Amino acid sequence: MLAKRIIPCLDVRDGKVVKGVNFEGIKEVGDPVECAYEYNLQGADEIVFYDITASHENRGVILDVVRETAKKVFVPLTVGGGIKSVDDMRNTLRAGADKVSVNSQAVQNPQLIKEGADIFGCQCICVGVDAKKVGDNKWTVYINGGRVDMKIDLIDWVKKCEQLGAGEICLNSIDTDGVRGGFDLPMLKAVCSAVKIPVIASGGAGKLSDFAEAFLETDCSAALAASLFHFKELTVQQVKDDCRSKGIIVR
Amino acid sequence: MIAIIDYGAGNIFSVKNALDYLGFENKLTDKKGDLEKADALILPGVGAFPWAMNMLKLSGLTDVIKEQAQFKPFLGICLGMQLLFEKSYEFEECKGLGLIGGYVDKINEPELVIPHMGWNKLVYNHGCPLFNGLGDEEYVYFVHSYKAFCDNKNLYAYCEYGSKVPAVVSDGKYVFGCQFHPEKSGKTGLAILENFVKMTGEVK
Repeated sequence: MLAKRIIPCLDVRDGKVVKGVNFEGIKEVGDPVECAYEYNLQGADEIVFYDITASHENRGVILDVVRETAKKVFVPLTVGGGIKSVDDMRNTLRAGADKVSVNSQAVQNPQLIKEGADIFGCQCICVGVDAKKVGDNKWTVYINGGRVDMKIDLIDWVKKCEQLGAGEICLNSIDTDGVRGGFDLPMLKAVCSAVKIPVIASGGAGKLSDFAEAFLETDCSAALAASLFHFKELTVQQVKDDCRSKGIIVR
Repeated sequence: MIAIIDYGAGNIFSVKNALDYLGFENKLTDKKGDLEKADALILPGVGAFPWAMNMLKLSGLTDVIKEQAQFKPFLGICLGMQLLFEKSYEFEECKGLGLIGGYVDKINEPELVIPHMGWNKLVYNHGCPLFNGLGDEEYVYFVHSYKAFCDNKNLYAYCEYGSKVPAVVSDGKYVFGCQFHPEKSGKTGLAILENFVKMTGEVK
């Protein structure tokens, strides 16, 4: 049986790990390579680097971080933020990433998903989706770090991502992100039943039992969190022990 | 020296990083002479089967690979493992290296998430030097949509994903294949790579 994955996410800005609340109020917390190594020791199943300054001038910084991390962390690495072309994907993968995560750029140019999947394989392409509730069982997709509502229906969008060749969806709820009240279960359920590719739950983990709850209540394949792990409130191992005690298969 | 065969396939650096970390001399190479000189060979690979076979052919290395695999430890990883078989049906029927009997075809599990992506538990089928020092509950990292179909005698370990998915295969002599990525499978994967290198007898 496939184990459920626990994924610490490192939001990196100018080469330092940071974590904001609802995408605002950013605070620095440390060296990304050291953080990744620490998570690796705790048993992280995968590590995500999210380059929040992204796009332009800082691209090289994150690639250096990935290069250094890949020399001593032997679990899959995913890199997101500012990836807007097949060349960006290639450079990121060559620096040592196993997967790239595309978000805003994919919404604005969906063919990017297909081009990436055709060249590097579906398994390399994770589509990050930021969404917010607009009504009962209805959500719309946002871009630019949750700032711009694209008025695109979430379910239509994730189905399209799958069809274009996405290997995975990392689903971030803007409503629950940073609030620490648990993952957005209704949104997760809706997306998991709409696609066959793995779905990563993101945004909202605030306590130990939130992870097991997401795995017990929805079909998500993995759960991602940033601040909980950064501020050392929980270790990856504690989360796994809790899941295991509830009958969830983890590594 | 361990030769990591560089025929243009993706993510070969992670295999190199892992060998560097373990302190084993290694070289990314597409030179016939390096393959002949090496103590062991690793064939990595991410991508599609027909494309990879074509790249191998263009590199002019298929014959030397087939020859060297008869007498020195040889490890195929992920697509590199699938290339060891006689043929594949990925996109079209395509001949492989034919070092192990069997073929490669799509994982046909309509109820399950495909690709088979994530950490799955090894179930040992036959003893194998690659498993030295491993425990009963070892998870390794898989990412693939196609799997091998081979005789039980070549199946050294598998994992459960709907049905049995071959995880470690061997010809019983020098040729080994891992469907998972040992270079991305944490401590367990590093131990498997170390066991492989130790088969050369060159390493204390």
